[in-house]
This record gives sequence, structure tokens and C-alpha cells, in this order.
Amino acid sequence: MKRLRFNQQEIVFAVFALLFLAFSIFLRGFLTPENMLTLLQNVAVLGILGLAMAIVVIGRGIDISLIAALAVPPGLVLQMVQNGHSLPASLLTAVLLTIAFGLVNGWLIAYAEVPSLFATLATGLLLAGLGQAALFQLDVVQWSDGMKGFERLGQGTILGIPTSIVMFAIACVVVAFLLRQTRWGAYIYAIGDNPYAARVTGIPSRPIIVLQYVVAALIGCFAGLVMAASVNSMPTRIFNSTLIYDVILVVVLGGIGLSGGRGGVLNVVIGTLLIGTMLNGMTIMDISYAGQNLVKGVVLLLAVITDSFLNPRNEETAQQGDI
Amino acid sequence: MRDTLTSLRYRYWPDHLLGEILSKRWTETAIPVILLLIVGFALSRSIDHFLSPASLADTARQAGEIGFIGLGMALVVIVGGIDLSVGSIFALTDFCALYLLDVLNWPVPAVVVATLACGALLGAVNGVLIGYLRLRAFITTLITLIIYRSAFDLLIQRYSNSIAAAFPDIPSWNFIGGGDVFGIPSVALVYVAIAIFGHIFMTRLRPGWHITAIGGSRRSAYNSGIPVRRTIALCYVASGVLTSIAALFFAARLGTVGGDIGVGLEVIVLTATVLGGITLGGGKGSVAKSLVGVLIVLLITNGLTTLNARGGINRMALAGILLVAAMVDIRWQKNRTRIISKVYVAPTYHALPPPPATEIGQGGPFEQNDKLRDVELIGLGRIEAPEDVILDRNNNLYAGSRHGDIMRFFAPDYQRMEVFAHIGGQPLGMAFDRQDNLYVCIGGMGLYRITPDGTVEKATDETNRSMHSVNDDSRLRLADDLDITDDGLIFFSEATVRYEMDEWPIDGLEARGNGRIICYDTKTGATHTALRGLKFPNGICVASDGQSILFAETFGCSIKRLWFAGPKKGLVEVVMDNLPGYPDNINLASDGNYWLALVGMRSPSLDLAWKMPGFRRRMAKRVPVDEWLFPNINTGCVVKFNEQGKILESFWDLRGENHPMITSMREHRGYLYLGGIMNNRIGRYKLENADPNFVQYDKRWGKLS
Repeated sequence: MKRLRFNQQEIVFAVFALLFLAFSIFLRGFLTPENMLTLLQNVAVLGILGLAMAIVVIGRGIDISLIAALAVPPGLVLQMVQNGHSLPASLLTAVLLTIAFGLVNGWLIAYAEVPSLFATLATGLLLAGLGQAALFQLDVVQWSDGMKGFERLGQGTILGIPTSIVMFAIACVVVAFLLRQTRWGAYIYAIGDNPYAARVTGIPSRPIIVLQYVVAALIGCFAGLVMAASVNSMPTRIFNSTLIYDVILVVVLGGIGLSGGRGGVLNVVIGTLLIGTMLNGMTIMDISYAGQNLVKGVVLLLAVITDSFLNPRNEETAQQGDI
Repeated sequence: MRDTLTSLRYRYWPDHLLGEILSKRWTETAIPVILLLIVGFALSRSIDHFLSPASLADTARQAGEIGFIGLGMALVVIVGGIDLSVGSIFALTDFCALYLLDVLNWPVPAVVVATLACGALLGAVNGVLIGYLRLRAFITTLITLIIYRSAFDLLIQRYSNSIAAAFPDIPSWNFIGGGDVFGIPSVALVYVAIAIFGHIFMTRLRPGWHITAIGGSRRSAYNSGIPVRRTIALCYVASGVLTSIAALFFAARLGTVGGDIGVGLEVIVLTATVLGGITLGGGKGSVAKSLVGVLIVLLITNGLTTLNARGGINRMALAGILLVAAMVDIRWQKNRTRIISKVYVAPTYHALPPPPATEIGQGGPFEQNDKLRDVELIGLGRIEAPEDVILDRNNNLYAGSRHGDIMRFFAPDYQRMEVFAHIGGQPLGMAFDRQDNLYVCIGGMGLYRITPDGTVEKATDETNRSMHSVNDDSRLRLADDLDITDDGLIFFSEATVRYEMDEWPIDGLEARGNGRIICYDTKTGATHTALRGLKFPNGICVASDGQSILFAETFGCSIKRLWFAGPKKGLVEVVMDNLPGYPDNINLASDGNYWLALVGMRSPSLDLAWKMPGFRRRMAKRVPVDEWLFPNINTGCVVKFNEQGKILESFWDLRGENHPMITSMREHRGYLYLGGIMNNRIGRYKLENADPNFVQYDKRWGKLS
């Protein structure tokens, strides 16, 4: 008889289903269409960031600087428009800044061979510092008249679905296409699975790694624009928050192993849904922010422990330096 | 003229030091230390009173606190993990200390113990999860970071007011927070104590080695029986405890629990750790590196704060320095061994006149012949690499083997063979003393003594360290040959202090005087270096006068005499120079002359290359090792010379089948026994007109009754 085995993705999905079921039964006002939309809306930005992180993690890296990419270029757009520049020019500047930032990240990791965790930690600080020191006048960059119309990126509905959810969906489709349908996507998986083998096979692994970080930074910038549009401002101090940890949790809980080469967009969606459901349910139960975090952490820990029992790591096959 | 300049330049410019300095382990810490010095210098120039005692004490206080967490992080990173939860543990233990002191009014010692226990407990959670359940360190500590932080948030919501209201005035508590001894803050003192212990722990104690081994290769550590899980778990516990020590000092110093205590601390500490040169992924790191990293980060952040830089500039500077240091460090780590191997070989100028002729028909004592063509063979195919051969008073034959054994062939027919003693390193020169103990030079190990019943004892493996040497030359790398004087002094040669046993031909490429002669006194057991700066000293033989030794300088192509007693004591004389080959062992002959083995013959190409150090350096840098121009050791001969340094006759094996290269020969009862380090046989050659009763040690020390 075949032994019953679950992978992490299935476990998380099961946890999500259980939670969802429990909340639906015991929580009044959880299983309503309005609440469902609110739930998704709250996690849309997190989900988009999760997609960016997923691309990098699949290629056996990690991008701690995503929050800086989320905060600074969109903040720059708002600031420039506030200072009287036109919206397209501001957007173009922000996109160029983002691409440059992604290139720096990618170059450091692919060519200078700085570990990704460390490189992005530093570049994130660098970009956030740049924003703080040179680009923004206030910590919260306010919406101005020149931005009129742009708020529809994060507010309102399209066909009855909140725009931010649509944006998440669009991002999902784009990333899924990139990962599954293009040669570059296949290369990213190959590099994540075994960088040395990929290189020996003739895959241009260094340019592909650079590409990963550029794409991740662009998606992060997109998430920032959606976020700014939905709250009509850009709180740049978000860089100091623990948002990046939530993003990593979304990715890892969804089942994209940090050792790379596994997982896809579906995993991000599942991870996002789990986090969204938990947060939403606890908000309805009126648990404080700290309490929510505590519960979130414990649930995550249980999920990871369960995974370790069902799929134990083997001393013989564990990768060296795989933290 | 040009040759003179070259010779002067290579005599006085120490080319070899660069490679030796770079191959020191402490150069790994050099880059962070240089960075620290640059940062410190830059800040002291731009900030007044930056180096004043008050400012330094303040820096030391903060450095102590972050330093403790840095030590914990270093430990965890060295074992191959990471601890992101230190910031939250710091906050929780800080709360724990203040809560126990201010709200529950516990006495200070109890507070200290309880806080440390709290830190240990929080670390143990990480440890059990990562060590025993084998979760991934990164994700696990990320989750515990969130859990501990939210627990802290919940707790301070309830207790922050009562803690803020209390003003404990307890001398011991105040001493922890702000006390000092002779101006040195208490926290710095404790840090120094723990850091010194940590250094000893990591470098000298078994658990520390286990930690490094697990970080270096978890799988190998597991397979070699190290308790991997327990060790990893304990590292996280230690990280928790060290963090709680930091929290104790912090609590005593500030006495507040703000909501943002410890937020982002993991980033600062991680930055310090990596900046100090502790490699993420494990296996490398030290206490000094951790301290240097913490100091760099602290100096930069404090300095920029003092300079009233905006928060953004502060961050950018930190990040910029971080990136540059990481890049330099990674490049250096990656290419270090390659750079060292390129610059380590440092050839020098070595000029020899044209060698005497050896060709048939040219005449002269070196004229080639075929006398060794029909030697009897002993142990063909059964012995490997008999560098030296020796016979005892009972005519038994001894020879070393590549496998680290001394083999004994029994008289009279030398067919029966046994392992006389197992040593473990390759035996080179051998000599019997008055009591029939066999002294052996072991390459890579030193001088060993084997008693007649086969017991192996170490005589010496170290000598006095010379003051001007960068390489540690107190250990013997390549003890080569020896002889024993009538007074029980053993003179033995060490061929080179710069290369290991397996790299000895490279020393010939350098042609520098890297070797030395060392004297071991069998009466006192003391060892001292008698003569240094020799070009691969090799064979040693006590001369007939009993006051001097003859020694061969293989790559000097000369035989010299060192007086160790008598009126000329301490003087060195040249006996023969400009030999046509590379001299090896020297031994007594029955007629009072000496036997000398030439291990290989000189070639015009290497003679020329020896005059061109730049050429040889370029070769060592650009050409793979197996393509290098090496001294020829494929043909050699045995010669006999007299006390005045005149060659009397030579013995060759022109066919090159039995004895193409000869490293030693020993005369015994009318026969000459031949050994070669690349050979698989020992030759036995019947000497004409030799004393058929000649036994070397009977002659030296009289017959044993």
C-alpha cells in the first residue's frame, strides 16, 4: 500500500481549509461575499509581493529589499507629481530607478557573488536611506492633484471585483506565464534546482539571476503603486515594519522551498489565502494586532513542524549552507 | 654587471615573505580590521573628542551590549544556521528583568539568574526546533521572531506603566548599568571575560571544534559521530543566553521598556557578523571577527549620529560599507588559496659554473660507466621508496618504506622481510647509536628513535623558533638525514622550512637557502638550530676527525664541513663545490674515505633557469605545476671522495633499470647497499679491494662484546 504523504503545500492548504471551515461555521459575518472581498483586498498587496519573492526564491535566492522597492519608487512618483512633474514622467523615472535597483541587486548576487540574503539586506537599506535622505520631504508622501485618476489602480471595482484583487490576479497571470511558458522561466527553475548543473548545461545563469531581481523589483514597485493608490499616500516608513517577514512566510508556507527550484504561482496564492483568512478571522474576533501576530506565528510554526515530521530532512541530502 | 644586480636584488629583497604572510590564518581577519581602522581614523578626524575617554567608555558600553548578541549570532552562524529572533529575545528578556525587579521586587541576583534562564529557554525553543526537529533555521527563527515580538507587545501593553513608575535604586543594579572599574565599564569587562573564554572555547576545546566541524560540513560531522543535533540546539541556547546578558545590561542602564526595543536588532547584528568576516553558511568565524564587526557597525552608526547626519544618510553609509566589505571579503575568500599558491613560490638567484664533464670519453672521475649494472636485488617489488638503507651489527638490513614502516631484511640472504617498526610518516635518513637504538628522520614528523625491540619513541619534533621567520619554523617539516657524534649529539638536516614533504622539488625551483641543520642532544633532550640558510641540506656524516660533520647541500651542489668541536668550532668550510649532480646522503667507506650519492644530475636548462629568478617566478605563476621545470632526479650515481674533497671514483647504472636514481648507499662487509626514494628495490654491489669485515658502527664505537 502506498504510504500517505503530504507535501507542505497540501498541509497548508488543509490548514487553510480547516480554518476557513471553522471561521465559516463559528464566526458570524465571515462567509459573506463582502467579507470575502475585504479579505482578498487586504492581502492583495501582500500577494503581489509574494509573487516577486517567489520568482527570486525559486531561483535559489531571497530578496529582503522588496519593501524598499515597494516604498521608494512609488513614493518618488508621488513626490515628483507633488513637485509639479507630470505623471508619465514621474512613472518613467520610478520605473528606471526600479530597474537600476534590480540591476544592482542582480549584479551583486550574480557577478560579485555576495549571498542574496546579505546583498539585498544592504541594498534595501541603501535604497530606503536614499529615499529618506534625498527623495522625500516627509515620511508619508501625500497624494496630490496631479495624481488624479491614478487612484483607480487601487480603489473602486472592475466588474464588481475590487481593483486591487484584479491587480493581484493580473500579476499572478503574468508571473505564471513568465515562469511556466517562457524559456527564461524554465531557466529560473533550472538555476534554482542546481545552479552548477544549470551553468554547465550552458544556461546563461548570471544574466538570468540579474533578470530575476529586476523583475522582482518591478513587481515590488507595482505592488507599491497599488498600495499607494488604495490608501492615497505612500507611508515610506513601511520599510521599518516587519512586512518583509510576512512576504517570506507567504512564499515559504505556500510551499516554495527556500532551497529553490520548487513551487509556482499557485503556492503564493495558497499562502496568501491562509494568511488572509487568519488575519480576517481574527479581525472579526477583535483580537489585538499583537495577539494576531502571536496566533499567526504559532500557526505558522505548527505548519512548519508538521511539515518536518511528514517530510523529514535527511542529513545525507541536506544542502550545505542551506539555512 | 646585470647578474650582480640580480643577485643583490634577490639576496636582499625578501620575496618569500609575501606568500608566507598571506598564508597565515590571521590575514583572514585583516580586511575587517583594516576597515575598522579606516572608519575609526576617518571619524576621529571629523568628530571632536571622538577618542576621549568619556566617548570611548560610552562606545564600549554599547559595544559590550551588542557584542554579546554578536557573539551569539557568530556561534549560530558558525554552526551553519542563523538567528533572526535575537531582537525579540532581547526585548523579552529586557522586559523579564525589569518586570521581576520593578513589579515583583525580586533581589538582583535572582533577577539576573531568572533573566538568563529566560534567555536560555527562548533560545532552547529555537534550538529544539532547529537542532532536533531539523527545521530550517532561517524560517524558524523568523517565526519565533514574530511570536516573541507579539508576546512582548502583549506584555508591555499590560505592564509598561508599572515598570515606568518604578525607580529602583539598588547599588548592585546600578553598577551593572553604569558602573566601571578604573574607567572601564562593567559591561565591557564582562564582555572581555566572555570573549576570552569564547576564543579558547572555539579554538582549543572539543565542543568548539565540533561546532566548526558541523558548520563546515554537517554531513561529515554527522558521519564522524559528532552529536550534531545536540550541538546545534545548544548553540541556539547559548545565543539566547548571550542575548539575555546584553538585555540585562541594557535594562540596568536604561530601565525602560519601549515598544521598539530590539526592533531591527537582528539586522544590525547580522550586519556586524558578516562585516567581521564570519561566512554565512557556517564553518568559519572567530570571536575576534565578531568583535571587529560589532565595532565597525557601532562606530559608523554612532559617528554618523554625532555628525547629525539624517537617518537616510546613516543608512546609506552603513549599507555602502557593508556591500563593499562583503564584496572584497567574498572575492578574497574565493581567491585566497589561488593567490597564495601563485605568490608563495619565490625563486631566487643561484649561479653555478659549468659542471665537470661526465660523458664517456671525456675522462675525469665522473666518467660514466656501467659498474652498477649487475647488482644483486633485495626486496624487488616488496619495498617502496627505501630512501636510506642501514645494516646493524648482526648484518640485518633496514630500510624505510613509503607506507611509514621500517622494514627489516634478515641476513644472510635478505629474502625474509618483516615490518620492524611502524611509524606512520616516511622514514628518510637512519643511524644507529652506541646502544643500537635506531634514530630515524621522518619527513613531516621529526626525529624518532626505535629501540632494538622495535619500540618507537619521539626524540624531537621541534626546535627553537627563529625571530625573523614568518612561517612557524619551530616544527620540523622535512627532517632528512642524520649522524651521531661520539658525544651523543645528533646532527640532522631539515631540507626546507617552506615546503612539506610532498612538495620538496619546488624548493629546488626556488633555490633559496631554506634549509637548516639542527642538533639534538641525546643526553639532555634539548634541540637547537646549528646552522640555517642552507640550500636543501641533505646527507650528514660525522667526519673521521670526530670534530666536524660533512653535509651535502643538494641544490647548492656542494659538500661542506661544519666544525662542532675543536679549535675551528662553529666554522663552515667548503669541501667540494660545483658537483655535476645533486648530492644526497654521505657515509663512511671502509678505507677512510666517504661515499656520496648523487640523486640526479644537473641539466643546462635548470642551471640557466637558476640564474633567471624572474623566469622561474613567471613559470610558477602561469604554468600548471606538472609542466614546471624541475631538477632532474632520473639519473644519478655513487661517488667516493676523500677528506680533501677529491673524487676518487664513480659508479653508474647506465641502463637505468635497477638504480636510475640513488639517494643512499651504505658499505658493509665488502658490499655496497644502495637505496633510492623512487625505487622499489635495494641493490647490493660487491666492492673490490674493500675490507670484508667493515661494519660502520663497530668501527665507530668498537665491537659490542
